[in-house]
Amino acid sequence: MKEKIITKNLNLWYGAFHALKNVNSNFSANRITAIIGPSGCGKSTLLRVFNRMNDLIEGVRMEGEVLTDGINILEARADLVVLRKKIGMVFQRPNPFPLSIYENIVFGAKIHADNIKKDRLDEIVETSLKSVLLWDELKDKLKKPALRLSLEQKQRLCIARLIAVTPDVLLMDEPCSTLDPQATARVEELMRELKSKYTIIIVTHNMQQAARVSDDTGFMLLGELIEFGETDKIFTAPKDKRTEDYITGRYG
Amino acid sequence: MQKIKEFIIEKFIFICGIASIFFVVLIFLFLLKEGLAVFKFVKPLEFLLGKNWYPISEPAQLGILPLVLGSLLVTLGAAVISIPIGVGCAIYIAEIAPLKIKETLKAGIELLAAIPSVVLGFIGMVTLVPLVKNIFHLPTGLTALSGSIMLAFMAMPTIVSIAEDALYSVPKNYKEGAFALGATHWQTIWRVMLPAASSGILAAVMLGIGRVIGETMAVMMITGNAAIMPNSILSPVRTLTATIAAEMGEAVVGSEHYFALFAIGIVLFVISFIINVTADLFLHKDQK
Ligand SMILES: Nc1ncnc2c1ncn2[C@@H]1O[C@H](COP(=O)(O)OP(=O)(O)OP(=O)(O)O)[C@@H](O)[C@H]1O
Ligand SMILES: [Mg+2]
Repeated sequence: MKEKIITKNLNLWYGAFHALKNVNSNFSANRITAIIGPSGCGKSTLLRVFNRMNDLIEGVRMEGEVLTDGINILEARADLVVLRKKIGMVFQRPNPFPLSIYENIVFGAKIHADNIKKDRLDEIVETSLKSVLLWDELKDKLKKPALRLSLEQKQRLCIARLIAVTPDVLLMDEPCSTLDPQATARVEELMRELKSKYTIIIVTHNMQQAARVSDDTGFMLLGELIEFGETDKIFTAPKDKRTEDYITGRYG
Repeated sequence: MQKIKEFIIEKFIFICGIASIFFVVLIFLFLLKEGLAVFKFVKPLEFLLGKNWYPISEPAQLGILPLVLGSLLVTLGAAVISIPIGVGCAIYIAEIAPLKIKETLKAGIELLAAIPSVVLGFIGMVTLVPLVKNIFHLPTGLTALSGSIMLAFMAMPTIVSIAEDALYSVPKNYKEGAFALGATHWQTIWRVMLPAASSGILAAVMLGIGRVIGETMAVMMITGNAAIMPNSILSPVRTLTATIAAEMGEAVVGSEHYFALFAIGIVLFVISFIINVTADLFLHKDQK
């Protein structure tokens, strides 16, 4: 298994609050890794370390190493544009831009290169929408505002928008929490299909979801990564008492 | 007892509400009655497109085209100056400035809005007018350009504060989405924030311009007050508002001059009304 993201003694503080404590983990390429844990344990925070989204928050301080393809992304000289192009993120609430469907998808292409030919853009739109299984639904509505889509379509569009910039890693922070069960099932199906091409890390509150879609699982509690390993093992034979308690539903 | 009190208060408030509408209607009717009377003396087209404004010659010539052009020229100039600077300033305040500078700038803008227009006009007269005169080697610095610059200062606070509001209320997750795709700060502003705030910004611009069109005192002081057809931004002009202010005192009540000034009032009213309604449309589009 190829290692895609490795964290070594990762610590993070929001001001004085110690939100991530000595996290050591290892995310493999072409696998889906789920991060689970009770509310406020630092799942989103960890995810947002990987594309340095925490930089937007004032007073954040990080220590340790986060390696991807051998580069420590926490270094001050890390190029955030390149990093975020490589490691993309899907948010909890679908957040398409208030632009047309077409403009949403070509957004990434346009910001990373000048003067792309119209043909090329059309091509990007088609392949991206196809890979999230939206092409047939939307091919005649590309000029329509993206904000008019259904929630599920919006979330798929956000995934398509991300795929259009050809990342290696997809970070997903509770991507299904605003969707109904059927839509959730379809998005999970999509994740399995995307797995062969990407490293996927998904934060979820929903243990069934983690069990259904992920290959590996990490369990977090109060900023610590308690246990990390293959999903089957974590769910059937957890090593740590606290993991067991959580999985059997003894925490909120 | 409580009930009677409620009843009286309710009725009182009702009367207040009705009264304001009543007065607006009354003013409007008066304006219409006095203004439309001018068409007993001139044809509407002659009035609107006539090139000569000689209200007290014999026979009086009542063409308001030079005044309309004067207003348009001054307003257009003010718009060209104030829109880019105002919107730029709003972007800086909403997105870029560190907290301290932001507060200072906002206070500064509010202060600018608080300066009475006469005072601005006076300052413009002693500073701006000679400057324009010297830079362009003109016989007089009392020009449309001076008026435009001056009015740009008056439109700026409106534009900045409303546009800043519009930018500020763009949902944070648009910004996060753009950053997460690797957009730079400027790309995020240009490609996401501005389109998202566009209707609010347009409303800001319309309201700013509305203020400019209605402004009287300051323009009267520094645009030269010559009711001639302007041939460039560097000629003296006279605006619609300044005409009314300057001539109302001397117009004989009931004369054609008097009616013509009211008709100018109608023209101004229509222009302001259109601008306000447009701004309102944009604002409400935003809230939807
Ligand atoms: N911007 C911030 N400033 C200060 N503290 C923060 C900030 N963001 C998060 N925290 C704190 O850090 C801790 C971890 O937050 P985080 O959002 O990562 O949790 P989470 O596991 O994703 O929770 P949830 O399941 O509710 O999304 C929480 O205690 C939270 O209060
Ligand atoms: Mg979270």
